[in-house]
Amino acid sequence: MRQTLTAALLSAVAGIAINTSAQAQGVEVSISCGAVGPGLELCREGVAAWEAETGNTVNVTTAPNSTTDRLALYQQVLNAGAGDLDIYMIDVIWPGILGSHFVNLAEYIPQDVIDQHFPAIIENNTVDGSLVGMPWYTDAGILYYRTDLLEQYGVEVPTTWQELTVAAETIMAGEREAGNDRFWGFVWQGRAYEGLTCDALEWIDSFNGGSIVEADGTVSVNNDNAIQAIDLAATWVGTISPDGILNYAEEEARGVFQSGNAAFMRNWPYAWAAGQAEDSPIRGNIEVAPLPRGGYNGVHTGTLGGWQLAVSRYSENPEVAADLVNYLTSFNEQKRRAIEGSYLPTIEALYSDPDIEAANPFIPRLYETFVNAVARPSRVTGERYNEVSSAFWNAVHATLSGNGDAATNLASLETELRRISRGGRW
Amino acid sequence: MSRNARRLLLRIAFYVLVIFIVIYTVFPFYWAINSSLKAGTDLFSAAFLPPSPAWTNYVSVFEDQPFALNILNSVYVSGVTVIISLFLAVTAAYALGRIKFSGRGVLLLVVLSVSMFPQIAVLSGLYEVMRWLGLIQRLESLIISYVIFTLPFTVWILTTFMRELPKELEEAAIVDGASPWQTISRVFLPLLGPALATTGLLAFIAAWNEFLFALTFVGNNNETQTIPVAIANFSGASEFELPWGGIMAASVIVTVPLIVLVLIFQRMIVSGLTAGAVKG
Amino acid sequence: MTADASAIAPENLGTETAPRASKLTRQRVRSAWIFITPMLIMLALVAGYPLISTIYYSFTDRLLIADHNTQFIGFNNYLYYGPNLNNYDEELDGYFVYYEDTDAALVYRDDGVFYDLDTEDPDTGAMDPYAGEIDTADVFEWQGLLVDSLWWRSVWNTLTFSVVSVGLEIVIGLVVALILNANMPGRAVIRAAVLIPWAIPTIVSAQMWSWMLNDQYGVINEILLSWGWIESRLAFTADRFLALPSVIAVDVWKTTPFMALLILAALQLLPGEVYEAAKVDGIHPVKQFFRITLPLIRPALMVAVIFRALDALRIFDLIYVLTSGSRDTMSMSIYARQNLIDFQNVGYGSAISTGLFLIISAFTLIYLMLGRVNFDQER
Repeated sequence: MRQTLTAALLSAVAGIAINTSAQAQGVEVSISCGAVGPGLELCREGVAAWEAETGNTVNVTTAPNSTTDRLALYQQVLNAGAGDLDIYMIDVIWPGILGSHFVNLAEYIPQDVIDQHFPAIIENNTVDGSLVGMPWYTDAGILYYRTDLLEQYGVEVPTTWQELTVAAETIMAGEREAGNDRFWGFVWQGRAYEGLTCDALEWIDSFNGGSIVEADGTVSVNNDNAIQAIDLAATWVGTISPDGILNYAEEEARGVFQSGNAAFMRNWPYAWAAGQAEDSPIRGNIEVAPLPRGGYNGVHTGTLGGWQLAVSRYSENPEVAADLVNYLTSFNEQKRRAIEGSYLPTIEALYSDPDIEAANPFIPRLYETFVNAVARPSRVTGERYNEVSSAFWNAVHATLSGNGDAATNLASLETELRRISRGGRW
Repeated sequence: MSRNARRLLLRIAFYVLVIFIVIYTVFPFYWAINSSLKAGTDLFSAAFLPPSPAWTNYVSVFEDQPFALNILNSVYVSGVTVIISLFLAVTAAYALGRIKFSGRGVLLLVVLSVSMFPQIAVLSGLYEVMRWLGLIQRLESLIISYVIFTLPFTVWILTTFMRELPKELEEAAIVDGASPWQTISRVFLPLLGPALATTGLLAFIAAWNEFLFALTFVGNNNETQTIPVAIANFSGASEFELPWGGIMAASVIVTVPLIVLVLIFQRMIVSGLTAGAVKG
Repeated sequence: MTADASAIAPENLGTETAPRASKLTRQRVRSAWIFITPMLIMLALVAGYPLISTIYYSFTDRLLIADHNTQFIGFNNYLYYGPNLNNYDEELDGYFVYYEDTDAALVYRDDGVFYDLDTEDPDTGAMDPYAGEIDTADVFEWQGLLVDSLWWRSVWNTLTFSVVSVGLEIVIGLVVALILNANMPGRAVIRAAVLIPWAIPTIVSAQMWSWMLNDQYGVINEILLSWGWIESRLAFTADRFLALPSVIAVDVWKTTPFMALLILAALQLLPGEVYEAAKVDGIHPVKQFFRITLPLIRPALMVAVIFRALDALRIFDLIYVLTSGSRDTMSMSIYARQNLIDFQNVGYGSAISTGLFLIISAFTLIYLMLGRVNFDQER
């Protein structure tokens, strides 16, 4: 009985193996399109159109939703020099980390096509003169606020962090008096992870405090503006933001905001669609704005996110794979993705496209944010970016949890980063 | 207080403890079921009953990926892993537990040392081995690699139980002229029922839930993925959104078969030795 | 080493010696090796190469980068006195050194000479030795795993976590096993119910608990508030002092079934007459437990504890999901993963893994040695 069962299972598995190795005419390339969900569907549709156009076949595979798991998987496959996957979907901070495994797409894609994209992203994706990834879609941190509450308490949309602090205090005090004892002023991402690096970089940049490590390799994080920014953020914990914020990622923050329990939220554009969903209690009462400036001399900013498509050096058909990348990142395809899936285009011209504006009026309004977005120092720090980011978010997290003030923690962070940096040579 | 009253009190205390333990272990699972029936903003509420129960999460689990096939993959991998490790472990445990020879202690330590490295450290070495064997994207790679954590465990447990068994039984078998293999299969296996069922079950679940190896070795193909990898692949409308309802629904779907398995095997867990059948 | 491990191997105080061994004994020993060989081959095939390469890499500067030239660097990953290892630069063929006293950029090469980077020939890369005086105490420092404060912090975190959680699991596991062993109605269902925490995949249950422990919409806070046990919502996973206890609580929930089930199996193998005799003698049940049950199940309990401890000392998923990369709760495995994967520093990550291995083996050996004493008393 057990034997027959095993045999049946074995043959079932053998059947699977045969199915997957089925060959079709033309060239077969494989692409990792990210996790299972609406994004995968959009990717499949785009891929199918390219297949019909070129006669090649594409094997679409999935990857874990968690970016850290995804990076671990890609590193194993790439470092074994395996050609199992031709096209990788990489995070905006990975070009420096994985770049050595990818081909230079500038050799396959015409320069005028490359020039359509935001120059900042193209620059971010260029490692040692090699364009390792084509921008696919982008992201940046923005401020969400409750229009109904701002109106009720007669508060203007805050343009500086100081204003935001006061506004959040006012609304929170009022709501708590009205009986909602779980209402908070401002929610964001305070967990010790990459998200905190994004949030804290926004605070520092908005105070003109630089971007941790500058493009020329100098460690700039220990300066008065940065200290001021982080110290201000530390005052939020336990006052306008819950103590638990120290372990909040994107979804925890959205959970509080979307249940109607926060006046302001820092998050990525994805929270818009969820907040406007039919069952959302705050539907129709939210609006977005650029993140506040750090004082009146500061700037509006947002940390750059988003994903790129890269072709593996170990691919057997790099030209074909690069052609698929070119297709998927093209004007028409990005337009389709913006309309159907609200993915934010990396092509400047699409922000004034009337069809996109009609379908998603929200997208053109973010144009300013992307133009002013600040990139994490992943390009200059190269393969050491994760080490830098981890040291940075730990210093910020310590300050936020009241474990030393910003001046002390940023000073020791500076020493740590100098140690990692080969004297600024990286 | 009369004896009867005291007894009753003890009984009540006992059942209160039982109820407490059951709630402690089951409540989170109840919460998973509860969450799996919620959708959208309801997920962010601590309501004890889903405000508007929805089956959409259960449907969506099977929609975008071959989840049924993923379950079958997991059954195959875990089942074969358990069969192989139990077979290897029973024979090894007999040798290590019942036969005196030099080097036994060292052998047991060597077997144990395999379990002393963090999983992440052996990952890249193992990946190279699997590539060399040509098993990448094949479920066999998982069966072989899961032996790393199931075998030390099954060998040690069975060795311990094996040597606890009375000497007289084996001596009788030897006098009857039984070969070592016959001694194992006719004398020890029946007595080791509970130990085998327990270790087998624990090893099955360990293999069923393994994530890192599965992700790395078979993660690049929807049709070879196992359950934990398939669950980790769930995504919401964007990269950041955690499809909580779907994840919970999938977890409930894959946990129920295990509970059924335990219900079936729990007879074996307890039915091995009957009191007084063997001399101590 | 042999003696320690044989604590768990029975009848090791053999009186037989080789010359007197009978034909039967020789036969038995031969069949023992035949029985063991398949298992050993299997383990060698799967684990041999990965384990040895991990140890080997810990003596190299391997990085997870294409085209990196890996070099053997001896014990440098463990302990090293010299210029900052991070500052090694392949292009310079040496260590970049910034000498603060004279504001000079230097290169330190294996020949023990400081070269002046300002004199670098742009074409050949040749440099002159630095003309000024250098106090090496300002330039050299102790480095490596043994002096890495973050490593020792993660060791401390892991040990605290393991001792507390395994300790709790032993106690609760025993109670649960005794209950499961009792004759009562519906015990089949209760057995299945108790095993549920072990059955849910860790990647899911860890996330589920993080949801349940959330400070704003978590059900645990809701319950505690409604019972009046707390006044305001607690940030279980964010608070520095609550984070580790929370992780321990979830781990106990998750792995107690493992312990309980193994103890139950041991209880099932106990001979019945001992209890009948005890009953006749009128020994109190509590005394019965400590005098009879516990000594008899001790071997199985010890092995269960070993495997639980091995898992606890290598804890990764749970802490990673609940508190992410926070240094307050960082475990040895998380530190290893961070270096191996996130920082791509395979050399140092392997050194961490090897350090973890050494700590675990030390613990196991001490544990087995202590355990052996008890064995002898018992027998």
